[in-house]
Amino acid sequence: MFNYNRMSKKVYIGCGAGFAGDRYDASIPIVNEFKNIKDPKYLMFEVLAERTLAIAQQFRIQDKSKGYSPYLDFYIEPILEDCLNHNIKIISNLGAANPIGAAKRIMEIANDKKINKPKIAVVLGDDILNYMSEHDILNSPTMEGLDIKNTQITAANVYLGAFPIADALDKDVDIVIVGRSVDSALALGPLIHEFKWKPDQLNMLSSGTICGHLLECGAQVTGAYFADPGYKDVPDLYNVGFPIAEFHENGEFYITKPKNTGGTVNKATVTEQLLYETHNPSQYIVPDVIADMSQINLSEEEENKVLVKGGRGHKKPSHLKATICSESGYMGEAEMSYAGPNSLPRAKLAIEVIEKRLQKIGLQGKTRFDIIGAGSVHFSSEEDTSYQNNFDGDYRIRSAGFFEKKEDAEQFVAETYSLYCSGPSAGGGARTSITAESSTASILIDRKIIEPQVKIEIIQT
Amino acid sequence: MSEVLELPVHSIAHSRAGDKGNVSNVSLITYNKNGWENIKVNATESKVLEIFKHLGATNVTRYELPNLMALNFVIENALGGGVNSSLRLDRHGKTLSSYLLYHLKLKVSLDMLPDNSPYRVQFKRGSNYD
Repeated sequence: MFNYNRMSKKVYIGCGAGFAGDRYDASIPIVNEFKNIKDPKYLMFEVLAERTLAIAQQFRIQDKSKGYSPYLDFYIEPILEDCLNHNIKIISNLGAANPIGAAKRIMEIANDKKINKPKIAVVLGDDILNYMSEHDILNSPTMEGLDIKNTQITAANVYLGAFPIADALDKDVDIVIVGRSVDSALALGPLIHEFKWKPDQLNMLSSGTICGHLLECGAQVTGAYFADPGYKDVPDLYNVGFPIAEFHENGEFYITKPKNTGGTVNKATVTEQLLYETHNPSQYIVPDVIADMSQINLSEEEENKVLVKGGRGHKKPSHLKATICSESGYMGEAEMSYAGPNSLPRAKLAIEVIEKRLQKIGLQGKTRFDIIGAGSVHFSSEEDTSYQNNFDGDYRIRSAGFFEKKEDAEQFVAETYSLYCSGPSAGGGARTSITAESSTASILIDRKIIEPQVKIEIIQT
Repeated sequence: MSEVLELPVHSIAHSRAGDKGNVSNVSLITYNKNGWENIKVNATESKVLEIFKHLGATNVTRYELPNLMALNFVIENALGGGVNSSLRLDRHGKTLSSYLLYHLKLKVSLDMLPDNSPYRVQFKRGSNYD
């Protein structure tokens, strides 16, 4: 039997973060594992949610050197030296609204640590406000989201693909920083670079995309976000190992995790992540290919090592997706607990008091009330939230409302807080918060407008 | 004839929910071939729509992945506007996977359960889940 383990080239990709709040030390076991591997190896960090860019743009407006991920130091500082010493290349969207700023900050970190300066490439061109008029953006076909015709845009970024990342790696750099790219491109880019795939190698591009999709949420493929005690047990979840893909040149790859870590990798964990945020599994659309996962086959080759094969690809889309962010007022949220005898009627009375007070003072906004413990996340606010009536219960009311003006949101949460002295008997543990809201919409833009604007810049000092 | 109980689909499948805009996708992944044959026939679009209707769901599309013994349900308008415009506590609808696992009840036989399933006890007693 053909043993490709020994004969063919393979590439390792680890994922050290799956979202902006992920564990800062998760990449360390991956880096330690990689120290003993001679094949090409990459470490990706995915830290850019849909709304994060709008916040990052605000930081950049206030300070031109900022606007990259505020978590950059926490992710990069612990592993930078080891990565440079062991030729582990870093690929990340830590650039957010300012990829050049991110590269400069990494240079400063290297300087502070007195280690050799890395060669960093940044991919530019995702910020369409730089080359499209607001009018053209607002009149592009809308895929999903709110009506954006009359809004003030705070960020507008197109999802770039993996070829710019591969082009950047062709320039022999240590680190590639991007702003908005599809998450899976952080893995596909290195694979295109290593295997020299061409844009028409659709099955390969699809397999690389599926690999990136499995890696991009970090430990969600290695047993995290999976445990259901007694039904789906996961060992040492507190110490869950983040994923490593071992990708072979025939397009097949393994998903595994570092030694001496918790978590588990099996067909069940991989299948859950494969379908996560997937709609039609035959049409997983990214800029480089339309990936087809419907023929994917999984097999458990050894403990915590799953072989993935069968990715098929269709021709890339003619249009690329961009996310448009705009400010949309404030959300006020407030909570108060009622427990013990007759607590559910007291909680319901508390909500009634708030609703009548809002009417009396004339505060208008979109609002919602929940009774946590009697049905919250699984219920709509229109229905009677009480599906259990435990006389000696432990309930928490939650009020939430959207308001254009911050003062109105403040007044709204004050109406829950004031229940301390003016509400039903024995309410306690009030908490309030106000959050600036941003709404988003997705539009489609012809890739012919985007592609000439994509540029790679090398930062060496 | 083997014993059949009406049980939450949680007994024979697991699930994860994802969000994109105001659309939720909820997977249903069985532990074995017998469970797969069951959900393939009985976990229908209309049953799933009925389960999520109170949250505003207007349409459900079901995709089959026989190699993975899994279904993927794409549920439109189920997220109260989506992560940026919902007043819900769980704006992503992350907990909707658990809602489907409990509220979709199917006729289940012992050979559909995974090896160490706590649901096995109920078959010995022969009583129903509720």
